[in-house]
Amino acid sequence: MAQAAAVAKPPAPPRRRRASATPRRLPYLLIAPAALLMLGFIAYPVLSVFYYSLRDYNPTKPWRNGFAGFGNFTRIFTEDPLFWDTLVFSAKWVFVEVGLQLMFGLALALIVNQTFVGRALGRALVFSPWAVSGVLTSAIWVLLYNSQTGITRYLADMGVGEYGVSWLSDTSTVFPAAIVADLWRGVPFFAILILADLQSVSKDLYEAAEVDGASRFKQFWHITLPHLKDAIILSTLLRAVWEFNNVDLLYTLTGGGPAGTTTTLPLYIANTSVDAHDFGYASALTTVAFVILLLCSMVYLRLSKFGGEK
Amino acid sequence: MITKEATKAAPAPAPAVPEPPLPARRRRAWDEAPRWQIYLPLGIYLVFTLIPFYWILLFALRPAGSTSLVPWPMTTAHFEKVWTDRGFGTFFQNSVLVGVATLFMTTLVALAGGYALARFDFRIKRGFMLALLCSQFVPGALLLVPLFEIFAELRMINSLGSVIIAETVFQLPLSMILLSNFIKNVPYSLEEAAWVDGCDRFRAFRVVVLPLLRPGLIAVGSFAFVHSWNHFLFALMFLNNQEKQTVPVGLNTLMSADSVDLGALAAGGIIAAVPVVIVFAFIQKWLITGFSAGAVKG
Repeated sequence: MAQAAAVAKPPAPPRRRRASATPRRLPYLLIAPAALLMLGFIAYPVLSVFYYSLRDYNPTKPWRNGFAGFGNFTRIFTEDPLFWDTLVFSAKWVFVEVGLQLMFGLALALIVNQTFVGRALGRALVFSPWAVSGVLTSAIWVLLYNSQTGITRYLADMGVGEYGVSWLSDTSTVFPAAIVADLWRGVPFFAILILADLQSVSKDLYEAAEVDGASRFKQFWHITLPHLKDAIILSTLLRAVWEFNNVDLLYTLTGGGPAGTTTTLPLYIANTSVDAHDFGYASALTTVAFVILLLCSMVYLRLSKFGGEK
Repeated sequence: MITKEATKAAPAPAPAVPEPPLPARRRRAWDEAPRWQIYLPLGIYLVFTLIPFYWILLFALRPAGSTSLVPWPMTTAHFEKVWTDRGFGTFFQNSVLVGVATLFMTTLVALAGGYALARFDFRIKRGFMLALLCSQFVPGALLLVPLFEIFAELRMINSLGSVIIAETVFQLPLSMILLSNFIKNVPYSLEEAAWVDGCDRFRAFRVVVLPLLRPGLIAVGSFAFVHSWNHFLFALMFLNNQEKQTVPVGLNTLMSADSVDLGALAAGGIIAAVPVVIVFAFIQKWLITGFSAGAVKG
């Protein structure tokens, strides 16, 4: 609609002077700053990652630098168990996080979409962790989980569990502990997005369903859920990509430990490039991560029939 | 605040009979869930949401070594220590600088680009839109090394400029899409009318379109500020000098110490949260509209 309007140049009003003196160049001028910034600081780095992935490149061992062909890639797939470990953990992390965030976010959105006393306050409080950063989330949960004065101490005071337990340094509890910390911040994201979409469901549909005697669950299943479908698909995808890529929380909360049990692929890459200075290998890992992400997204969009028939 | 927006979006049909003065809600039965089905799960979830907030307040306000569950006697010792001894005063200034600069750069650049996307059809438009969407899959964290090299080349390592540029660049795509959707919602005929009245394109935009974009600008600007305020990896990588670091990096330093000073960490966390809380309270009523106009429908 707006595009159709945009094609048509202003129908030559009598006094158009500078107004559309350069209409053909204007759009290019307008996107130039954005395009240049993105070319220089996204496109160029991406290309250089692809380039380095074919090379041995380590600033601390310059004598070995040079063209490596697909050497880095063969090393990833055949000689590097850490790659597979971290990839599996990444998948597990993303799957559990996004699944739980969607479930709780949907439930919360349905609840705060109802009319009740104290709704505005309820919404504000429920949504509040959304704006909390990954690092701050870590700080808060480090306080909660610490073995001396954390929540376990007070639970132990009440006779639940033992004193001196540190969930973050035990390989059997670190996964759920980190999941809960990230859920705390992630659920409001879904709740906000779904709530925004819920408000555009036509009330007539519910009314008609009510007349036909549909139960509230049936109304949800046949009206609300189909309406939310596209929003859910898109937000789960964006969130999955984000959960995969984002290293703030795990980097600061567990540092990938204990014993590497919470190292995601991006965290492994960051360690490889920052600590080991093995830029060539890290670039190859990045390329692989990128391709995996892209393939998964395409398969997901195809399987979920995004934007398809209702 | 949100309620007002919400009822605007989904107006409950006015009842025929004037309501009793009590705030008993004017809703029909079909929409009503039993009260306990609302308050019980909401209450449980609120406990989960609020305990962590209470915990950090507790640790920040109670004296070191105390194990009391109420922050009494209250002390500001942790805040003083963190603000002066641990450099959070400086970090705070740096973060504000980065946040405000990112806000202005993102909004300006995205506004120009968003206008072009909303109002013109030009040859590379489809390709450009595709590039914007694809950039969402590019993890900033994985570009740290090449970005570091670029900034080293530009001699911008250890200058806040590097972080500002990096934050802006990664904010741009979504901001531009969001703003172009807002601009599309402003009828083109309004602008054309202004041209007929003798405005040039820029003036017509400034006088007619810009005021109508307020919700969009607020959404984009505050996202940009909050994101750059919260974000941590770029600052961690590009700023080595303690004088130049930002609040999240300071928090990370406190956390990675051998024996964590919990009181200082809690106080630092609260300092990190204050600007976000302020922005959040300010944008609440635009938040839902902003999301529904842009982010989801893309």
